[in-house]
Amino acid sequence: MKLKIRKNLALIDQHDNNFMYGGKFGGNFIPETLKKPIDDLTKLFTKLRKDKKFLKERDHYFETYVGAPTPFIKLDNLTDHLGGAQIYAKVVSEANGGAHKIYNATVHCLIAKKAGKRYIVGDTGAGYAGKMLSMAAKKFGLKCKIFMGAKDIKRQRPNVEAMKKNGASIVPVTTGSQTLVDAVSECMRYWVSNCDTTHMCVGSTVGPNIFIKICAWSTAQISRELIKQIKEEFGRIPKKLKLINCVGGGSSAAGFWNEFMNTDAEFIGVEAGGPKNSNLHAAPLTNGSKIGILHGAAQYVIQDKEGQIGSTESISAGLDYPGISPLHCFLKDAKRARYTSANDEEALSAYKLVSRLENISPSLEPSHAFAEAIKLAPKLDSSEVIIVNSCGDSIKDKDIIRQKLGSYKR
Amino acid sequence: MKSKIALAFQNCKKEKRPALITYTVAGDNTKNNSLKILNEISKYADILEFGFPHNTPIADGGQIQGSSNRALKNGIKLRDVFQIVKKFKKNNPSKPIILMGYFNLIYQNGENNFLKSCKLSGVDGLIIVDLPYPENKNFAKKCKKKSISFIQLLSPTTSKDRMKKIINDSHEMIYYISMLSTTGGKLKVSPKKILQNYNKIKRINPKKNLVIGFGITEKTISSLKSANGLVVGSMLCKIISKSLKMRQNPVTKLAKVVYSLKKKIL
Repeated sequence: MKLKIRKNLALIDQHDNNFMYGGKFGGNFIPETLKKPIDDLTKLFTKLRKDKKFLKERDHYFETYVGAPTPFIKLDNLTDHLGGAQIYAKVVSEANGGAHKIYNATVHCLIAKKAGKRYIVGDTGAGYAGKMLSMAAKKFGLKCKIFMGAKDIKRQRPNVEAMKKNGASIVPVTTGSQTLVDAVSECMRYWVSNCDTTHMCVGSTVGPNIFIKICAWSTAQISRELIKQIKEEFGRIPKKLKLINCVGGGSSAAGFWNEFMNTDAEFIGVEAGGPKNSNLHAAPLTNGSKIGILHGAAQYVIQDKEGQIGSTESISAGLDYPGISPLHCFLKDAKRARYTSANDEEALSAYKLVSRLENISPSLEPSHAFAEAIKLAPKLDSSEVIIVNSCGDSIKDKDIIRQKLGSYKR
Repeated sequence: MKSKIALAFQNCKKEKRPALITYTVAGDNTKNNSLKILNEISKYADILEFGFPHNTPIADGGQIQGSSNRALKNGIKLRDVFQIVKKFKKNNPSKPIILMGYFNLIYQNGENNFLKSCKLSGVDGLIIVDLPYPENKNFAKKCKKKSISFIQLLSPTTSKDRMKKIINDSHEMIYYISMLSTTGGKLKVSPKKILQNYNKIKRINPKKNLVIGFGITEKTISSLKSANGLVVGSMLCKIISKSLKMRQNPVTKLAKVVYSLKKKIL
């Protein structure tokens, strides 16, 4: 059966009665205890998204707190250097805190307030989801707890320090691979035990359906801004336009593409290919992983034949996740987006080139997207436009970059 | 014909005591030992829950995660789980055994394939932690067709309306989660409160066998003995961890503990 994206309905709402996209992705594979909290949250969010007052509130905080719109700039030097397509960046890393995670965090805190919850918990990989949640929680007067893999705590130190400064308590997760996948599991377990007093924020477009919805609805701000900025720059949406975004869980890509769903823009998602000489990766879509259930949702996921979730490896903690948003599985099977991967080395050299030539410094996650842009641009005509979502700032990666490239300059 | 699970409850009712239901993980700490454990504890336990481990469990606490990790490290596969059940059933044909785990393993194995293996090895029931109602309706029907009990879960967060629907569609056993917790949490609700909730559920349909699980240990078990059944899981996993650490034989250790649990509910 060929899947189709419907034109008159938001992508996040294109699920069936079982909350499945395309009949096979997503759903709510959750313990009974979470049924009611998830139902309650679903009802509340359904109401709030139609509530003009709430929307005004959201827009107010996006503007004054997150900082909207984030810049849309042409990367002249990179374009000249590569010779080919015109390369632009949506510099989402200019948002408060340094990454797109602030949108989801802000919206979740607003919802938690409406739900009368005083505590908020969240997971984090690269640390940006955790940092932003701790920031927003502080702003909105919520007590915050962040679950983070012990391996990630070590490799993303600057963000850990930021979370501590914001008064969040950080719970190191020492089970399994000690990365994002275990942090999400542990956070969900905590919520099972505390769902009566605590709101949970899933850090990406993964997990039970409602969390996918809230997250993609929040990050959609990126493309709402961009579509206006593009029209200002070009007078219209360019005929040959490629929107390139890294995908781990897939929250920034979902937001970057949302408003362009019914245009001719081409969507390219770039997964983490892992180290060049390793069999491990974090690219389930590129490498043909089978559908399985992870963190409450059916999705393409790295797993063994039995259904045990597989190990991943990536230089980028934010992409180091065995699954991928059901929304992206849906977009892939409907052939609305195509997915590829960049390996650690390609991401690093993309970081090096972009930060040398341009006045931006993308983190290792969007460096994967830049790697694809760098591969593609020289093959394209100068009438074509590539926009990369530079969705995170490299400051959190300074230790890794220094170790791999010898120095880190800002 | 009555199922083995229904018969087990019937026997316990005759003896005016709750059914003692144990949970251990297949392959913990070895395939052989987990079979020996079943053989030993089945002398005292009325129904045996047997976990097929998953490496990304979203509702299990540290103790069961520990057991699962040990089992997975030993390379336990579904095929082994069924083999252990089959071997156990050869010597204990009337003792009901319930497999418990997460849906992805069934999904990858194929629902029909999985149920076929259940039937061939002698599995009596299934608890699937992350396949809630009504998403589990189709699968529960398939189970029923094969005379395998699909055990529905209820929790303190389940609304009364939802409870009625779930109970209506349930088979001979229902599992009430005592509190908001992952498995192995400390009992944070008083036994009195748990029994109040339990009785409310029983009133919806007194005929269904309702068991209580989560947070039940040697200390708390006797205060809940008016229930139809009581599940002890994490505590047993903890005993295995402990005895391994102290280089004791987990099999004999566990048998002793289950014996003393049984004495507490007589």
